[in-house]
Amino acid sequence: MNKIWIITKRELRSFFDSLMAYVMIVLFLGFSGFFTWIFGSDIFLVGQASLQSFFGISFWTLFFFIPAITMGLLAEEQKSGTIELLMTKPVSDWQIIAGKFMAALLLICITLALTLPYYFTVANIGKVDHSAVLMGYLGLLFMSASYISIGLFTSSITSNQIVAFLAALFIGIFFHLIFGLVSMSSGGWFASLLGNLSLATHYESMARGVIDSKDILYFLSIIFAGLLGTELVLSRRHASN
Amino acid sequence: MEVSVENLSKSYGFQKAVDSISFKVNTGEIVGFLGPNGAGKTTTMKIITCFMAPNDGDVKVGGLSVQSNPEAVKRHIGYLPETNPLYKEMPVIDYLQFVAEIQNVPKSKIRDRIFEMVNVCGLRGEKYKKINELSKGYQQRVGLAQALIHDPEVLILDEPTSGLDPNQIVEIRELIKKIGREKTVILSSHILAEVEATCDRILIINKGQLVADGTASSLRKQAQDKEIVKVTIEDGNHEEIYRSLQALESVELVDLLPHYTMAFEVQSKAAMNSRKAIFRLCVEKGWSLTEMTPVERKLEEVFRDLTITN
Repeated sequence: MNKIWIITKRELRSFFDSLMAYVMIVLFLGFSGFFTWIFGSDIFLVGQASLQSFFGISFWTLFFFIPAITMGLLAEEQKSGTIELLMTKPVSDWQIIAGKFMAALLLICITLALTLPYYFTVANIGKVDHSAVLMGYLGLLFMSASYISIGLFTSSITSNQIVAFLAALFIGIFFHLIFGLVSMSSGGWFASLLGNLSLATHYESMARGVIDSKDILYFLSIIFAGLLGTELVLSRRHASN
Repeated sequence: MEVSVENLSKSYGFQKAVDSISFKVNTGEIVGFLGPNGAGKTTTMKIITCFMAPNDGDVKVGGLSVQSNPEAVKRHIGYLPETNPLYKEMPVIDYLQFVAEIQNVPKSKIRDRIFEMVNVCGLRGEKYKKINELSKGYQQRVGLAQALIHDPEVLILDEPTSGLDPNQIVEIRELIKKIGREKTVILSSHILAEVEATCDRILIINKGQLVADGTASSLRKQAQDKEIVKVTIEDGNHEEIYRSLQALESVELVDLLPHYTMAFEVQSKAAMNSRKAIFRLCVEKGWSLTEMTPVERKLEEVFRDLTITN
């Protein structure tokens, strides 16, 4: 655990040192703030004291930003060779992966924490469904964790950050959009299978304030699959054949 | 702590990088790893440091196997990779802090260790600079500092002095020698003089196989079974001296060195010695023997013989 935290600390610092964290936070707050308060179907247009519009826009901004955060996590280390340094220190592959995963997740937590003023503002304007807001944030966190784990995986398979970024978007878009769309336009067991695979379905039910163990299980499976894939790629290096 | 490499093999695809190498390095020994490019030096080091797994064979560090016990092994090893990868965006001192933490250095000792490493590696003036602002030589020192920070029992250095200036090279060599008195050091290098100056023992590998193992002088002897002496004889006729030397029973070949020096290189027959005979010859003829030095073959020649003919 201690080792994981050491790696997380270093990654998190490098996010802030490389300005990545600031760019991410400013862009995210800019986009979500603009569409939540000023433009489109914003809070004033909807006329309800809810953060639905914020959760709706975050659903898309995070989808694009997370691969940008995760793309360098392993690809950069493989390119510069620092992966050799890390892997010859007394840490396991899992500790490295967990440390990097946590770092990206913490950066998202920090970013989302900065949107809490939205909540306080709305709570002042009218009667807010507090548990729905809580669930919405939880949904965002679960979604982020899923995409971080996918991004970590694509970052492990290449030493090129752009490839890692695009591959993460490519895999992500299926869960984000395509499964849902195809599910709607087809029928029978196939449609329900794809509907269940669609991340949007699970996210929306959480963002509406409904908690279901099925949704949690779904997110945890994606996270686990991504991390497992990363571990398999990393361990290939010290496979004995 | 002992490092023993047992029948180690590793191939990349069809190409065998390391082909059943075995050797043992004892505590307090500095071993130099020599070999042409692509001979398998770096691969062997990567296996010892648990970065790669061998296809066959095993490496034991202090009795612990790199295959079944990598984390315990890694705790005892300090490793400077050939390319010296570093987190370039970090300041030197933060980087050393990170490595110390991850190497299980107790919290109370971290400050002292960093201070010591900064001093030993001559980084005092640079410790707050970011690593990418440092010159290659200073980056190499940072690489060495991170390898040493947890006071490892075994030190694996892949070309430790590359990129350093001559003064720094001497300093680093002294440092390695000092460490090597108590610890186990394996270093690789292309610079033969460096290996000769620093190492107690030399291993030469070629095409993945161990072709020589011994001290610098034993390697020279091993490669040179015939004695060669350089003699200078004065007060005599050049032509006559040449013929008399050639006529000696134990002499196989006399090489003429430039005429004006009156010097000859005398090669004896296998397992024979002609120094006494040469001396007696001079006494007999009344010549003055002004120089007689054994000609040692250079390590470079030994290296070439071993790695080109095979």
